[in-house]
Amino acid sequence: MSQLLQHLINGLASGTIYALVALGYTMVYGVLKLINFAHGDVMMVGVYMGYASAFALGREAQRSLWGVVVIFAVAMGGCALLGFLIERFAYRPLREKPRLTALITAIGISFALSYGFQLDVSFDGPFDFSIAGRRGGSFDFHFDRLVLLPGASPRAFPEIIAPTEWFILGDRDVVLWNWQVISLLIAVSLMVALQFLVYRTRFGKAMRAVSWDHRTAALMGIPTDRIISLTFMLSSALAAGAGLLYAIKDTSVTPLMGLYVGLKAFVAAVIGGIGNVPGAVVGALLLGLVEEFVVGYAASTWRDAVAFGFLILVLLVKPGGLFGRVAAEKV
Amino acid sequence: MATPGATTLSDDTGPIPPALRGLLPVLLALPVLALAEWTLGASPFATYLLSVVGVNIILAVSLNIVNGMTGQFSIGHAGFMAVGAYIAGVTSLSLKEIGIPGVPVAVSDQLLFVEALLAGGVCAALCGFLVGLPSLRLRGDYLAIVTLGFGEIIRVFVQNTEAFGRALGLSGIPQYSSVAMVYFWVFLVVLVARRIAGSSHGRSLWAIREDEVAAEAMGVDTTGYKVRAFVISSFFAGIAGGLFAHFVPIINPGSFTFVKSMEIVVMVVLGGLGSTTGAIVAAIFLTLLPEGLRSLFGAMGAEGSLAQKVDQIRMPVYGVLLVVLMLARPQGLFGTRELWDVLPRWLPRKKKGLT
Repeated sequence: MSQLLQHLINGLASGTIYALVALGYTMVYGVLKLINFAHGDVMMVGVYMGYASAFALGREAQRSLWGVVVIFAVAMGGCALLGFLIERFAYRPLREKPRLTALITAIGISFALSYGFQLDVSFDGPFDFSIAGRRGGSFDFHFDRLVLLPGASPRAFPEIIAPTEWFILGDRDVVLWNWQVISLLIAVSLMVALQFLVYRTRFGKAMRAVSWDHRTAALMGIPTDRIISLTFMLSSALAAGAGLLYAIKDTSVTPLMGLYVGLKAFVAAVIGGIGNVPGAVVGALLLGLVEEFVVGYAASTWRDAVAFGFLILVLLVKPGGLFGRVAAEKV
Repeated sequence: MATPGATTLSDDTGPIPPALRGLLPVLLALPVLALAEWTLGASPFATYLLSVVGVNIILAVSLNIVNGMTGQFSIGHAGFMAVGAYIAGVTSLSLKEIGIPGVPVAVSDQLLFVEALLAGGVCAALCGFLVGLPSLRLRGDYLAIVTLGFGEIIRVFVQNTEAFGRALGLSGIPQYSSVAMVYFWVFLVVLVARRIAGSSHGRSLWAIREDEVAAEAMGVDTTGYKVRAFVISSFFAGIAGGLFAHFVPIINPGSFTFVKSMEIVVMVVLGGLGSTTGAIVAAIFLTLLPEGLRSLFGAMGAEGSLAQKVDQIRMPVYGVLLVVLMLARPQGLFGTRELWDVLPRWLPRKKKGLT
């Protein structure tokens, strides 16, 4: 019984992280009808940005509250910019082209990012620069080595949230880690914020209009390009946040993590019915639980196959996903 | 839209009688293969390189049947290759000691080899059917992700199965493969691809590629045709895997990852989605280029690291190449045309068909 509870906790914890990534897929799919294959890799880039900023902050600062906020802000902001650039220069020129071209481009970007980050490009030599403060003081920075691309070997993600056991049932039968609770809280609050944004704001209304029919939306005076850009930025920022939570959980970062987490999140989005915001969350939680139970009760080596087996099963039984509708294609 | 391959049907007035035309390529190819086998016998590296090129051609041409002609986007071709490689490898391993009575050892070996290849190909085709049936009823993007997932499942399955050597892989598979055998299958897959392109079956595939809804409205059984194209394509991927297993010292799950699938996709996209000769040219180019660069750097006496960098840099370059191709030249090198359609004027040129 306690084992079941433990698996439940772990499954939900990873499920919420998948959910954040899955939301990005679903949002972009909603406005563009494009599966943004590069989404997971944008997340990976965000994790490395977080890694770099944690490194720049130093051991003490990265554990303080403001340090964590800075790390999240840098990663999410940087990823929003990356998402904007990808949309602007890779997807927008192809918007009126056949869907296949955009799909191939997305795969190409994903590939370029995940394997580009495995290259080892760095510059030696001390780099010093300082930013003058307003009132005389200045912030000095010193780097021995400037790492442009991190290389293939996995890196240990700094413990920006020092792991502590919060709630122990019995003799360590059921363990609830603080980061599990924190990541659950962050994930849930991001989801609530997203729900508010999509259903309660002008931007959200515009987004839904673009998703419904972007040509008509443009005729109604909605700046579709800007809405699509903002959607991309939003989904990329969410992915960066999720990636950091994943890195805190997993403690190691590799350039290939984006591919795997991204794929699983995508599977979650499809299971929930792609384009459907609550569906993505339910699908992700379900996937997290299924994965955890397979690891717990069957064999951990099968973990990576589970998501896809589950996907094929769902597509066989309910092709539109659990909450999606199979829309008839019109000419 | 141009209907590539239609030419083969329309021009039946040629110097060669129609009955012989089907056989002619075979008759032409045989001496060339024999010559290649005879001259290359001495150089293991050349044999290996040519075999790799051949296997990649088979993979690219077969993937082109699905990705190019039918317009579906499969990115899990390495999965089918893995099925073929492992099934053929295990078959050969278990039949290693057996000889077919009454024939010389060499002949019996080759017969067993073909049998193993066919076993691998059929199993891969079966997998293609199982994967294709659910996913091909859905939109193209789903197929992409399902094929990718299938590749992953195969990899995990192999890694967890004792009979397939788990993560260590299979070694000791008899090295039956020869350049002649590889290019026999290259020839076969090209023949099949070209024949499909020119047949009514192929026209249905082109129709699906151009507009699935319209094709269905015209009475094309879209799911049926897509699944059939998928099965043919995965059969040849399995054959390619089987061949591969019989000339490399060891096969392990690492040889059939997403990276391999992407390599094949890049070949097909670069050559032009729908162009068989484009796939061949791209496969040759993309296989020989890294090899060439590696030996060039090696010859320049550069540090070993630079030669190793070629392998590392290949993957991101492929990614960027895909993006640039899609932005600048989405039709790839040849588009849906074939090599002879784009040759300069002064070379003998095939009559334009329905263009």
